[in-house]
Amino acid sequence: MIVHVRFFASLADRAGTASTSVDVPSGTDVTGLWRALGRNHPGIADLGWRPMAACDLAYAAWDQTLDGVREVAFLPPVSGG
Amino acid sequence: MRLQEEAIQVEDLVRAAGSPGDGALALFLGTVRDRSAGRSVLFLEYQAYPAMAECEMARIEREAIARFGVSRIALVHRTGRLEIGDTSVGIAVASPHRAQALEACRYVIEELKRTVPIWKKEYFQDGAVWVEGQGPRAGD
Repeated sequence: MIVHVRFFASLADRAGTASTSVDVPSGTDVTGLWRALGRNHPGIADLGWRPMAACDLAYAAWDQTLDGVREVAFLPPVSGG
Repeated sequence: MRLQEEAIQVEDLVRAAGSPGDGALALFLGTVRDRSAGRSVLFLEYQAYPAMAECEMARIEREAIARFGVSRIALVHRTGRLEIGDTSVGIAVASPHRAQALEACRYVIEELKRTVPIWKKEYFQDGAVWVEGQGPRAGD
């Protein structure tokens, strides 16, 4: 299944892109997606901490499976205000 | 409209929140400081995940109304380049009485800073850095 991925702020800099699409097997969770992304984006593979993930605009746990999810975003700690 | 590139107009916030049944209107403005950790800041840039930020801001408004019993909330955050002294975030909370308006206003800004996907980049004379807040991380 194709998952559209977005990176923001420092993560976009590290990934070298703000968005990408990945083909992952059905049943893949956020953790599996992150691992797959790390293979093509070495800048995030050695991040050392886990950013928050959002699935279809809502914060999601890293063990959430991506079946039916269209967009996953990885979010550094927010700093608005 | 909760995200905008244009300057925040205080009168618009007040007009959007207030009503004749309310005796209190609490207003909070976040403004761009000229220093960060002892360094001079030239200007800022805010980036948002717009669709999710709008969802989170709407959630915070609903929660604050339910929790504090206030009448109406107007909440707006700017994106793009901001200069020193500009207003980056504006919150107006209207309520029949002052205590609820003030408490709800505090709640809205604290929740915004904790969960709304917006990031600030500080530009200095010798470079720029993304600020990473105290917001949630999935684990270190």
